[in-house]
Amino acid sequence: MYYASKLLKDAGLSDGLANTLGIYISVLLLATVFLLLPIFTIWVERKVAARFQNRVGPNRVGPFGILQSIPDVVKLLSKELIFPRNVDRIPYMISPVLMVVSVIMMVAVVPLAPNIIGTDLSIGALYFVAISSLSTIGVVMAGWGSNNKYALLGAFRTVAQLISYEIPMVFTLLVPVMLAGTMSMQKIVDFQGDNYWIFFYAPTAFIIFILSNLGEVGRSPFDLIEAESELVAGFMIEYSAMAFAMFYLAEFLHAFLIGVFAATLFMGGWQGPFVQDLPVLGILYLSAKAFFIYFLTMWIRLTLPRFRIDQMMAFNWKFLVPVSIVHLLITGFLWKVLPEPEVTGNIFDRLFNGEALLRVGVMFLLSALVFVFSLRMLRNAILRGREATSAKLREAYPAAHAAAAPAGD
Amino acid sequence: MEITWQTIAFFAFAVMTLGGGLMVVISRNLWHSALFLMLSLFGTSGLFVLLVAPFLAAVQVLVYIGAIAILVLFAIMLTRRMMGLEETQNTQWPAAAAVAVLLFIILVITLSPLVDEKAVTDIFGDKVANLNAHLPVDPDAKGSGVVANDDLKIVTVEKIGEALVTRDGFVLPFELASILLTAALIGAIVVAREDEA
Repeated sequence: MYYASKLLKDAGLSDGLANTLGIYISVLLLATVFLLLPIFTIWVERKVAARFQNRVGPNRVGPFGILQSIPDVVKLLSKELIFPRNVDRIPYMISPVLMVVSVIMMVAVVPLAPNIIGTDLSIGALYFVAISSLSTIGVVMAGWGSNNKYALLGAFRTVAQLISYEIPMVFTLLVPVMLAGTMSMQKIVDFQGDNYWIFFYAPTAFIIFILSNLGEVGRSPFDLIEAESELVAGFMIEYSAMAFAMFYLAEFLHAFLIGVFAATLFMGGWQGPFVQDLPVLGILYLSAKAFFIYFLTMWIRLTLPRFRIDQMMAFNWKFLVPVSIVHLLITGFLWKVLPEPEVTGNIFDRLFNGEALLRVGVMFLLSALVFVFSLRMLRNAILRGREATSAKLREAYPAAHAAAAPAGD
Repeated sequence: MEITWQTIAFFAFAVMTLGGGLMVVISRNLWHSALFLMLSLFGTSGLFVLLVAPFLAAVQVLVYIGAIAILVLFAIMLTRRMMGLEETQNTQWPAAAAVAVLLFIILVITLSPLVDEKAVTDIFGDKVANLNAHLPVDPDAKGSGVVANDDLKIVTVEKIGEALVTRDGFVLPFELASILLTAALIGAIVVAREDEA
């Protein structure tokens, strides 16, 4: 924002005009870059998915098929926009726009490099949560406005899913906010420059943050919203052409933004060597971290089969929510109890003195312990549930059980 | 009156809030009413931004639009035969409109002296006139650039948090509200729970 205004001022415009224009130009620039990003990430995703499934993937348009998305976009642009009968026109058309806008608005608080940020809101983290809840409305409008039972079922599932997965997301988002003592995204990143990355203080929060965000976006294994084997395409079933493409765009952008936000909140954002001397490096570091997390989410998406809707709700309410609350309490307690290292000297003195190492070590260990312990509890609960089901089946069908049992049993 | 970006934004948000509110009550389609309610709430959050209360604006979006309005929508979608009512269901709308207009007039009469601090002091004493002075304010905090007026005092999130947990702040109402919400949560679970038998 500063750079654009400064350039315009140097070009001889008055201060007020330069500031106003500078804001508009930087908003336009930021929004456009992130809007065009999915053209690239869709190719990445298709290529990675192909490799996971032992296929080649797109390889015809451009080197390695990198330009594949461009003909796809042109095709979608030239298709007809269909309005089925009895569609509630205005909500039906607002919905895809709302989905994209709500995702683009999140970009405003992402610090891309030192001094390069849309706007450093004092409530950045809260803004992120508030804006991500807006996409629920888009889905509901599409689901009801489409006048289609599958779309409506998809919308019902979405509301349940998005509202539920917001809870562990907020509880894990509180960890960086609590440790850095601020909700401003830029200050959270600054904090991670002076200390260790928040990931090292609270690895469990990082994992739960990514899992709950996957639920929030509704990607596999949490894509119950559009489960094609049950709902055909869920809330976007009636959409065609660019309206459909906008849902697609919103989903891919949101999925990538998970990486951006997780990198900013837990992995130091733009922090990296020499970034204070050359701020542009920050963008590079942030994209590298974001793409790494994006790759992890793709890995999950391409490896695991889809959950059942009741399993998904149980996973959230009986696992993610309690674990994130307990973890938040433990982290806050340790942060207060452990001695605070002195903030003097250069970065090496600050990171590698006894107290700093003790603090990060104890917090990492206990956080990891919470996760391992809760995973064990989850495993035992699942085994108990399975045992109870098979006992019930044995009781109901003793003959079938006897026939199925091996001879020597 | 000087026309600035703030004025234009204010009128845009005011139209959004009032127009949305009006459409909530006159729309024939209940589902559309709920959507207009969201528009109205969004306009209110825009007004909070103009008042340099970003925290309230975000909470407005999060709680009212993200949770309450969604629940309203959900309830409407699960209620049968609530959609597309053609005829008016009751004949009390003239009385309701009259009450609404009356309330509006009362609010204008009561609130317009608030603009002039001295007049307020005459009516209510200096407690209301110095309403801002009662809130913990941070004089060093700079605005987010939304409002040009530099001498506007900004209540930061930290100050709101402190006010909620200090003894001379609002710790008692805060704790009471927490207990109430916990009780409601447990109650909801008990009501929704399947019978053990």
